[in-house]
Amino acid sequence: MMMPHAGFARTWACIFAVAGMAIAGECMIAAAMRKLGDLDIIRAKSGMPGAIRAVLSSPLFLGGASCMALNFFAMLYTLSIVPLSLAAPATASLTYVGNAVAAKIFLRENVDQRRWLAVAFVCAGVFLLAK
Amino acid sequence: MKHKLTLQQYLILIAVMLTASVGDTLLSKGMDQVGAVDLHHLGLLWKALFNPYVDCGILLLIGFFASYMTALSWADLTFVMPATALGYVVVAFLARYWRHEQLSLYRWAGIVLIVCAVGFVAGGPSRTEIAEDGKPERHDLDRMDSGAGR
Repeated sequence: MMMPHAGFARTWACIFAVAGMAIAGECMIAAAMRKLGDLDIIRAKSGMPGAIRAVLSSPLFLGGASCMALNFFAMLYTLSIVPLSLAAPATASLTYVGNAVAAKIFLRENVDQRRWLAVAFVCAGVFLLAK
Repeated sequence: MKHKLTLQQYLILIAVMLTASVGDTLLSKGMDQVGAVDLHHLGLLWKALFNPYVDCGILLLIGFFASYMTALSWADLTFVMPATALGYVVVAFLARYWRHEQLSLYRWAGIVLIVCAVGFVAGGPSRTEIAEDGKPERHDLDRMDSGAGR
């Protein structure tokens, strides 16, 4: 089997692109869900078909799902040129940090010290798990 | 302000964690049985759909997406994220006790760090309330140390 190989710039461009699409996708889906409100309440009121209809008719959700689909194919491409042992922890960690920053800026979440500490611990944990 | 989660909401977070990790592990086992897929053997993807491990993995990942979106409808993204990270810990335990792989000291250290991260976030509120001026209400922890070192 051929070992994946790419230059430094291409490797990190791919990793940042994968993480960027994941961050955009997750933030848009989170914004869509926040706008819709508690899905359990919607399901109790309009049943499962009503809840599915509410989710699928949200443009933010559709945008987020498209970003996640692009992220999936970008990850497949990245895995064909970057070793899994680098690609998986690097994209996961960048996504965690990026999500926290994006959640603070775009979703106006209160990312306090406790949550920043959790992000740092998850990133370190993911790197150790990949060793 | 402290958002307490109900038992049902805790169960949804556990579902987020378990469905993603067990689903990925089942897909991995299924694809091991199917064999490597490349551009010249795309027909193997069709064959993979008839593998019971792949089928169960796909079902679990659909369940993951549903429970993840449900969780995001009542909790912050930065609250749900560590719950999904706990899935890495479940995968490591599945690798150790189901697939009988050896876990190095590094991996055990990684597991401890992720469990600590989940502990930090689980102790705080699950949802940021947006105040009337459009700004997030501050948590008690921020109020206590506001100004220190900033």
